[in-house]
Amino acid sequence: MATPETIVNEWDPDALDTDEMILQMGPQHPATHGVLRVELRTDGEIVKAARPHIGYLHRCFEKHCENVDYNGVMPYADRMDYCAAMGNTLGFALAVEKLHGIQVSPYVDTVRVIMAELQRIASHTVAVGTYTMDIGAFTPFLYLLRDREKILDLFEWTCGARLLYNYNWVGGVSHDLPEGFVRATRDLLREFDSVTYPELLDLIIHNRIFVRRLSHVGVCSPEIAISHDLTGPNLRGSGIARDLRKDEPYCGYENYDFEVCVGKGQYGPVGSCFDRNWVRVVEMRESSKILHQALDRLEKMERTDVHEKVPKRVKPPKGEVYFRSEAPRGQLGYYVVSDGNVNPYRVKVKSPCFTAMSAFHHLAKGMMIADIIALIGSFDIVLGEIDR
Amino acid sequence: MDATYEYLVWLLPAAASWPSWLVAAIITALPALACFMFMSLSPLIYVYAERKVSAFMQDRIGPNRVGPIGLLQTLADTIKLLFKEAIFPRKVDRKLFVLAPILVNVGAFMPFLVIPWGGRLQPADLNVGVFYVVAIASLSTVGLIMAGWASNNKYSLFGGMRSAAQIVSYEIPAMMILLVPVMIVGSLSLQDITMAQYGGLPNWFLFRYFPLMPIAFLVFFVAGLAETNRAPFDIPEAESELVGGFHTEYSGFFFAMFFMAEYTEMFVISATATVLFLGGYLAPHPALQQLDLPLVGAVPMGWFWMWFKAWSLVFVMMWLRWTLPRSRVDQLMHIAWKVLLPIALVLVVVVGGLVLWPPTAGGFPWDRWVGWPLTLGLFAFLLYVMVRAVQWSRRRTQELQAVSR
Repeated sequence: MATPETIVNEWDPDALDTDEMILQMGPQHPATHGVLRVELRTDGEIVKAARPHIGYLHRCFEKHCENVDYNGVMPYADRMDYCAAMGNTLGFALAVEKLHGIQVSPYVDTVRVIMAELQRIASHTVAVGTYTMDIGAFTPFLYLLRDREKILDLFEWTCGARLLYNYNWVGGVSHDLPEGFVRATRDLLREFDSVTYPELLDLIIHNRIFVRRLSHVGVCSPEIAISHDLTGPNLRGSGIARDLRKDEPYCGYENYDFEVCVGKGQYGPVGSCFDRNWVRVVEMRESSKILHQALDRLEKMERTDVHEKVPKRVKPPKGEVYFRSEAPRGQLGYYVVSDGNVNPYRVKVKSPCFTAMSAFHHLAKGMMIADIIALIGSFDIVLGEIDR
Repeated sequence: MDATYEYLVWLLPAAASWPSWLVAAIITALPALACFMFMSLSPLIYVYAERKVSAFMQDRIGPNRVGPIGLLQTLADTIKLLFKEAIFPRKVDRKLFVLAPILVNVGAFMPFLVIPWGGRLQPADLNVGVFYVVAIASLSTVGLIMAGWASNNKYSLFGGMRSAAQIVSYEIPAMMILLVPVMIVGSLSLQDITMAQYGGLPNWFLFRYFPLMPIAFLVFFVAGLAETNRAPFDIPEAESELVGGFHTEYSGFFFAMFFMAEYTEMFVISATATVLFLGGYLAPHPALQQLDLPLVGAVPMGWFWMWFKAWSLVFVMMWLRWTLPRSRVDQLMHIAWKVLLPIALVLVVVVGGLVLWPPTAGGFPWDRWVGWPLTLGLFAFLLYVMVRAVQWSRRRTQELQAVSR
């Protein structure tokens, strides 16, 4: 007989028979930034556990490297992080130069800095733009891509390519800057500083819905960030001021005056998705600062042949080298072993996005499904670089 | 109905002597046909408008290839969708899968039955008009859940569940707010509600009980946005989270039906808000209610004002969609239950009390001074913003030309 007690028990929400659901997010999903598959164990809208599966874009980059010569690696390196190709090739070129013992001229260094910083702005516009789209605002994305186009125009003007440049070579760069490049870049930066950047902040970054969606989500404490080897904007978002351009300068970065941006936690705990995104936004401004200085320097500098130090045949001596640089997505490390041949004996890449994904399942636990999207986006992963 | 009969007799005097079943059939079928044509063809215009509006907001040009300034683009898209194969994934529940878009459309189309376009230009003046709109419009929720369930897709299921939760939550504040004009008028008929606002813009319910009714209007509009699944409340079909939400698995004609329903619902919510708060088909000034043309004589302009006001609200919806990011599910519930619902409850009690208290039965004494300054101020502000925007974009174009010189 149903006593009042048993009736109450039957309607006890904890006693209801519920089931967890496995939701496969990706590899074809509009918000996983490529072919990432995330296996979600969900209880309603709440995610109990999340497991990222990577490898859908594996193209044997490291094995390819063993079968081509050093300059032949460059196009492959371009294709790793296709949103920031300049940064990839710069790292590899510097690593081989270190192994080879080549010291490029200050002019080439400055050109490389200009290209790397322009690429950083271009990469961050994509990162921030797609992130706003993940959160559901479509318009800022198009505004940002519109401004990225202008940077790509500059690249095209210089080296003929808009996405994968093959620009940095071992010992130099492929093309010198064209006439009028400095002025065009200045104009672009002026527009960026006075229009694009304030517009971006007004339109979306301080938008109330945007802030409420992100400021308490995916909080990555400094301990987790360090133990999972987060680098670049992801690490700085957790409030740790570490930037290889400051700490282990290369290409003459020690001569530039810029700040290392860290997450401040204006709207919530430090290390939230908002902070990681915020760091990218502010870094664009800092890159613009570096660019202004680099352009000033370039104008005063004597032009040298950019192919001056390019060896006829890149054949570094036997040995090994590890070199890391600050790519737009974090520390990109190249470990190159040479056996004295024209081909590298072994190339190993330490990719920033790959290590960032290792923290994913820690942060994803207990989130809502919408926050998973926000979390993936806040790491700004490029699957080409994770899978290589 | 009676109006249709009179039109018919006026057009064909012989109709008066026709058998009554024939006349009844004609006067039922004609408005239904007219309404149906209007409803199913106007999404063509909405979609085109939305694409152009979003293009202007995003520094793009928008559709401009098919027809003059791209006017036929949506027609071409529709034809494409109609002739595309409707794909049924293997494990869908076929009956529900087909029924769902139909049900959604029923919910979206039926409210047109009571929307007044003029004193007599209304398919049916039900004495429970407001109640009818609410009841019928909720039908589409069932369709959405059905679509989510029948698709046999987890994303669709999430979309369906979300839309159920959302619409259930937002209907409550919307209903509460509906009560406010109904209490002032004392009738549920949309025609009565419109006529109670006769006498020009200061008499519209938006400007009665001055600070109270504008708030009520805002609450209703926000709740209406959520009911139509539009941004920033588009979580049931959140593209970046749920791929397509409840319509992930739909293609071809069925997808087009969902699309049509969404845009029709936008218009229905806007039209309802117009009737309840913006004076329906009434002109801002009684003199503008009719247009005196030479030769033709007086042309009633009610349909124009109704259309114009509803479209302005639709435009605001588009504007919001292309500006704001998307809210999260729990934040959405928070807004509905902890913000909108208390406001709505307070408004119902306060306005109800004010209506009953004789000195304020017709509104506050300052009400008739509020309408025009506010409206003109709003339009002046919009004009100012537009002029500034045009100036800014011109300056920027010049700058860019200087750069690329």
